[in-house]
Amino acid sequence: MTGAFFLFSRNRLALVGGIVLCLVVLLVLAAPILPLTDPDVTNTANRYLPPLSEGALLGTDHLGRDLLSRLLWGTRLSLAVGFAAAAIAATIGAAIGVIAGFYGGRLDNVIMRGVDMLMAFPYILLALAIVAALGPGLLNALIAVAAVNVPFFARNIRGITVGLAHKEFVDAARLSGLSRPQIILTEILPNVLPVIVIAMSTTIGWMILETAGLSFLGLGSQPPQADLGSMLGEARAALISHPHTSVVPGVMILIIVMSINLLGDGIRDALDPRLKSGALSRPMAATRVRRQAPAPEPNLEGILTVEGLETEFHVGPRKLRAVGGVSLSVKPGECIGIIGESGSGKSVTALSVTGLVASPPGVITGGAVRYRGDDLIGAPYERLRAVRGREIAYIFQDPLATLHPLYRVGDQLVEAIKAHQKIGTEEARGKAVELLRDVRIPNPERRISDYPHEMSGGMRQRVGIAMALANDPEVIIADEPTTALDVTVQAQILSLLDDLRRSRDLAIIFITHDFGVVAQLCDRVAVMYAGKVVEEGPTKAVLAAPRHPYTARLIACVPELGGGRRRLEAIPGLPPAVDRLPEGCAFAERCNKARSACREGHIPLAQEGDRAVRCLFPEEAPAREAAE
Amino acid sequence: MGGYILRRLLSAVPVLLGITVIVFLIMALIPGDPATAILGSYATPENVARINRELGLDAPLWRQYLIWLGNMLQGDFGQSFALNRPVLDEVLERFGATLILAGTAFVLCSLLGVIAGTISAANQYGWADKAITFTVLLGISIPSFFLGMMMILLFAVRLRWFPVSGMWPIYGARDAAALISHLAMPAIALAVVATGVIARLSRSALLEVLRQDFIRTARAKGVHERSVIWRHALRAAMVSILPVLGIQAGFVLSGAVYIEIVFQWPGIGRMLVDAILRRDILLVQGGVIVVAACYVFFNIIVDVAQSLLDPRIRT
Repeated sequence: MTGAFFLFSRNRLALVGGIVLCLVVLLVLAAPILPLTDPDVTNTANRYLPPLSEGALLGTDHLGRDLLSRLLWGTRLSLAVGFAAAAIAATIGAAIGVIAGFYGGRLDNVIMRGVDMLMAFPYILLALAIVAALGPGLLNALIAVAAVNVPFFARNIRGITVGLAHKEFVDAARLSGLSRPQIILTEILPNVLPVIVIAMSTTIGWMILETAGLSFLGLGSQPPQADLGSMLGEARAALISHPHTSVVPGVMILIIVMSINLLGDGIRDALDPRLKSGALSRPMAATRVRRQAPAPEPNLEGILTVEGLETEFHVGPRKLRAVGGVSLSVKPGECIGIIGESGSGKSVTALSVTGLVASPPGVITGGAVRYRGDDLIGAPYERLRAVRGREIAYIFQDPLATLHPLYRVGDQLVEAIKAHQKIGTEEARGKAVELLRDVRIPNPERRISDYPHEMSGGMRQRVGIAMALANDPEVIIADEPTTALDVTVQAQILSLLDDLRRSRDLAIIFITHDFGVVAQLCDRVAVMYAGKVVEEGPTKAVLAAPRHPYTARLIACVPELGGGRRRLEAIPGLPPAVDRLPEGCAFAERCNKARSACREGHIPLAQEGDRAVRCLFPEEAPAREAAE
Repeated sequence: MGGYILRRLLSAVPVLLGITVIVFLIMALIPGDPATAILGSYATPENVARINRELGLDAPLWRQYLIWLGNMLQGDFGQSFALNRPVLDEVLERFGATLILAGTAFVLCSLLGVIAGTISAANQYGWADKAITFTVLLGISIPSFFLGMMMILLFAVRLRWFPVSGMWPIYGARDAAALISHLAMPAIALAVVATGVIARLSRSALLEVLRQDFIRTARAKGVHERSVIWRHALRAAMVSILPVLGIQAGFVLSGAVYIEIVFQWPGIGRMLVDAILRRDILLVQGGVIVVAACYVFFNIIVDVAQSLLDPRIRT
């Protein structure tokens, strides 16, 4: 919500910038018809009149010229030169960029080398060299500023053009027999034009500053003609005795450039879709909690229990219910599997446990997560931090992305240890080596100084596991830890986890979309669909006789070695969008047994012995036989 | 590592040559011929031809370039006619003063910019973020020369905290304290714009990084949020911040021209502007080439620092 407000306030600032800029432009356009004295008429008797003097609203300068009149005429000149420089630089730069990008090959190479060369200059050296060659003067300053900015446009536009040159519509134009210049004019140009405009809007303020700078140095406009820069330059001699002559043009430059920058930022932000979707907002240290109701009474037993957990993603006006009331529990030495398709809410459930769901946009809106009876939802940050990695540790998918790419794995392990234990770095290093040995990494003394990218996928995941074990946690939450690995490595990692569980009496929550993995490792399994648990029970029983049609279909998806010519059945359709969950059973749309009752009202998770199912018409016969 | 540095140094050679070509061509554009300028009222056609022959100006352009380049490689940048001393001596002396000013400003803007950007990103949409964002906007919109003048009015004239201008006191010891008090205002004025740009970029670089998986891993380990931001996120973000620091060094060097004028700093920027106004072309040429070459080498240092920061580049 604050994000949307900030965007709005940002755009409001852009609006202010736009209005101020328009006012300035209107004022200077009207300069010829305003009742102003001639800006160049000197009146040495009235030198350095202070502002608000009679007949001189802003005072006069060292030659007694009216500052207000000079200011408006100077602004007119500065704006005109700045816009002209921007337009020239954009036109020439875009032309070079389009030609280089569209023709490619050697032409592109030569041009871009030249552009790189020009960009190797600090810009002012180039501008000074050009002015030195052409001589001081406003026109020459304009040429210099434009020339200096050509490489910037050329490079930007070339990048865009290269991308466009291989698009289908350009190929189509080529096939229809258009010549290359025609294609550039009719197909490429309309598409790069918006980019040119954006690049201009973000650089124009800068160009006004640069021309003002050259004039300030005495290399731009020559007396008596004055732009804002040369007004400042002339006033500098009297800076200490008569500061108003400096302040007036200086503040004007500030106002113009600031309003242009505000407007430019607004345009850029408005066109950046990432800003609106919240993809650029930072996740906070812990997921935001806004429980609608008090935490439910403790009901389940286990070292870690999740009860009625609800986690939503608030994206703009949309509320995506990723987790809609999930209850789970795990005991020491037990492994429970959570299985479901991607988007079923299983990872979000796991991350909610210690508040690791990215927030914004994530919000935990209900339920309780109790570790040893202590509710972690809404717990203060320090409490969460003490639990993370120490009591409840995570193993993530794809360790190439989840390990820090720029630190050696040993340093990352040492950090994990020292986050919870007050020991010296040397001692922690020793422990890190031990950990690597525990997860069966050969040569741990050497591998400890590897970077993640220097290891194989399987080795990296072992490091991930070692990191989870660093502080002897009670619970490990493994979020698809084997998905990115090939099958043999996967089997090794699974047996490693199984051994560790037995030797350390770990409670494991194992998230996967693969029933084969569940069968190998888990005592119990919970099947999730559209943010809810739809079936739960001992792994063997669920596998042998799934009761929810969804579970049955999921199991039918698993190919079986030596299973004969069984037809693999994909589940038709897609899970429902979690911001438009249907009434009743979320699976009804894809279920071939659905009846009208399935689409009405809440369907509870019906407990029956050690099994539970959320279905009005559960499967009776073992699904395996039915599928065959 | 050594091989990488060597490769980078070698790749600078064509860039440096390109720079000399550009400067040579720009200078060759200058209207009017030197012979007429030298001879003044003695510029008879015979005399002009003689001088041109003596100066080698009758040779084809490419040969002129090679001779000019050869002389420069031997340290002969010609003689400044206005100052009547070798160009290289003057340039090196002035460049030292500029390096002190620009170097200080660069360190300032890098540190402040990265810190401000990180704080801003870490408190996204909070009051600190809004305050920094607004200050940054103000900073990148104010002309550095105007800011410098206002600083003189406030801190030197009104409050008398710092001397108005110059690099050394006219009377008194030329010690570090004197230098620092003279350096403070120009260095800050010079650093402001670059600080703003770096802060903006650091903020967005950090926001990108903060959404990545390894940040979640660090949090899942129980690492304190402070080190999540300043160790994990910032280290990763530096990979994209560092090249911008290289670019900003060029802007700081450029901005030094204005600041040197405002604060009467005896640096190369002021020398160049004076030389242009006096049409002392050889001095302009020498100054531009030395500064540009220096900038190219600075960018090599940035690249090497980048490879030290990111082990994936080295392999």
